[in-house]
Amino acid sequence: MKNQFDLMNILVGQQTDEDYCRKPVIVQGMTGSFGSVHTRLMRSYGTNIAAGVTPGKGGQEFDGIPIYNEMSEAVERTGAAISVMFVPASHFLNAAIEALNNKIKLLVAIPEHVPILDSLKIIEYARLKNARIIGPNTPGVIVPEVTKIGIMPALPFRRGNVVLFSRSGTLMYELAYNLTKANYGQKLCLGIGGDPINGTNLIECFHIIRGINDVESVVVVGEIGGDAEEQLAEYIIKTSFPKPVIGYIAGRSAPKEKRMGHAGAIVYGDYGSAESKLASFFKADVPVAKIPAEVPILLSQKLKR
Amino acid sequence: MRLLEYQGKELFLQYGIPTPKSVLATSLREAEEVSTKFEFPLILKSQVAAGGRGKAGAIVKCNTPTEVASKFQELKNKEIKGELPRSILLEQAVDIRQEVYISLFLNRGKRSYSLICAAEGGVEIEGVKNKFIVDVPSSGVSLSLATEAASKLGLQGRAAESFINLAMNLSRLVFEKEAELGEINPAVVLRDASLMALDAKVIIDDNALFRHPELKKYQNMTESEVQAKKSGFSFVELDGNIAIIGNGAGLVMSTLDMVSDQGGKAGCFLDFGGSATAETIYDSLKVISKIKRIRVILINLFGGIVKTNMVAEGILRAYREGIIEIPTFARITGAEAEKAKELLKNSNAKMYDTVEQAIQGLLEELSKMEEVYEKPV
Repeated sequence: MKNQFDLMNILVGQQTDEDYCRKPVIVQGMTGSFGSVHTRLMRSYGTNIAAGVTPGKGGQEFDGIPIYNEMSEAVERTGAAISVMFVPASHFLNAAIEALNNKIKLLVAIPEHVPILDSLKIIEYARLKNARIIGPNTPGVIVPEVTKIGIMPALPFRRGNVVLFSRSGTLMYELAYNLTKANYGQKLCLGIGGDPINGTNLIECFHIIRGINDVESVVVVGEIGGDAEEQLAEYIIKTSFPKPVIGYIAGRSAPKEKRMGHAGAIVYGDYGSAESKLASFFKADVPVAKIPAEVPILLSQKLKR
Repeated sequence: MRLLEYQGKELFLQYGIPTPKSVLATSLREAEEVSTKFEFPLILKSQVAAGGRGKAGAIVKCNTPTEVASKFQELKNKEIKGELPRSILLEQAVDIRQEVYISLFLNRGKRSYSLICAAEGGVEIEGVKNKFIVDVPSSGVSLSLATEAASKLGLQGRAAESFINLAMNLSRLVFEKEAELGEINPAVVLRDASLMALDAKVIIDDNALFRHPELKKYQNMTESEVQAKKSGFSFVELDGNIAIIGNGAGLVMSTLDMVSDQGGKAGCFLDFGGSATAETIYDSLKVISKIKRIRVILINLFGGIVKTNMVAEGILRAYREGIIEIPTFARITGAEAEKAKELLKNSNAKMYDTVEQAIQGLLEELSKMEEVYEKPV
């Protein structure tokens, strides 16, 4: 896989950076009801929220954070390479193009209900611009006790050496909560999004962290629909992925051809079924927990081996 | 949104994809009336969303008007994979020389669309060995791609030409109407070497519907689904007696799995979205209250940001106003959990620390109910 994307460097930076652990973040759609609540929560977590962008509200402030009409100005004033979006799904594509046109390298796309064609277009564009999209329909990404870019509650996360990737938001919190209770802190937790198309898919996530030394293990939360888990299992086998991996799959008992909340959580025939995912993980020597609380138990067993 | 065959064919018509002459009928009288306009034989096709209709007996050939009369009623009352049709499509039988398969679908793994063609039709495509699969850019199927596909299927002359048109028209439909899938299985080559779509399977991207008001008429929702949609919930009706509510699709699915592992049967899946307030809980209980089958409610809420005492207030309000009477078992994490427990103490709702405990409590309660139920007084 080409273009190794250094996510940790964008999120946290190097110790020699002036803004190490304080990387500036722009919030697109800061003044909306959802955006404003989470701007405050992210900031109180320690995230360096440097600016907001809301067309028509340029020149105003929100809790002392400057608001600009356009991304160009916000990026110029703050030097931010990260943007988190709280815009309505129907505005997603234009707002995302604006971000990528203005040197944003990491775009965290919170909105749910983004049309598939818009997702495909923006992913193609991000490739051109050498940028990365997380989401859409993601809770975001958190480096526990450093920076939180998204809508996840702070409560379940603790600093540590496990990396957690999840197709589901609340299950990411639930799993982090179980890990934290068992004294497994996390280095990074990232929701890839519940849509059929993800800006950063599971394989890319694994690729991003495979070379990071202090990542001890990976927990991956999958669910029914699509073949992301099957492809990940193949990647783990083919590339001899160097770290222990534990899985959890939601939706074993869901009926076929019904969309279970997430746009991406739907089984057609055998395509997307839990059985197929469990079998793939088994082949890749990835133990799968039956309930979230079992994940730390399987993890400790795997680490002892 | 999965379109029914006749709906898909309406779109086919708009996009210049030929289909056999057909008329939709909802009553026997209608069917008898329209059947006079056809030559026999004609085909009756049950309009259900389920796949594999041929094997399931949802498609019947009729040779005479009397046969139409008897078969129509039979088909109209026949459940196909748990689904009762609202209407039957009457369709002219055609003279088939060859069947082929063509579909254009969202390939999730590749993050692009893919075209699949095969020189066999009316089959399950997964089982077909010789098929042509190729990536399609969002500009659609090009002339050269369609030509390549036609030659891979061994089509020549007029049939090839007709196939190329079909493929390009299907592609226009898929990208303009924002479909996740457009499938013609089978497309048939007629005696004059022209092609026709005998079936239509179209799945529209629900999230793109706001750009396609003309497709909204195809939405077919139950009363509970309409209610749930109004409140912004994801809702799936199931056939058990336990309502499962939570915030986040993954968490609710996970809860469903745990309930089913313990032998419980879920009656519905309700995800009220990432954030939770007293209001969302109250509204979701309102939706649940309309489903008569439901005997108990399970709430699994990973709060964090939410104040659990507010959620408890929402539950209490639903009981106070008589919206629900059946018992609730809840696992709610977040701030003020002790207060919430205290609030619910003397109510018909119980709060637990873990979802496993909540499920245990709920199943015990259900088995008690069943004992009472089964013993005639």
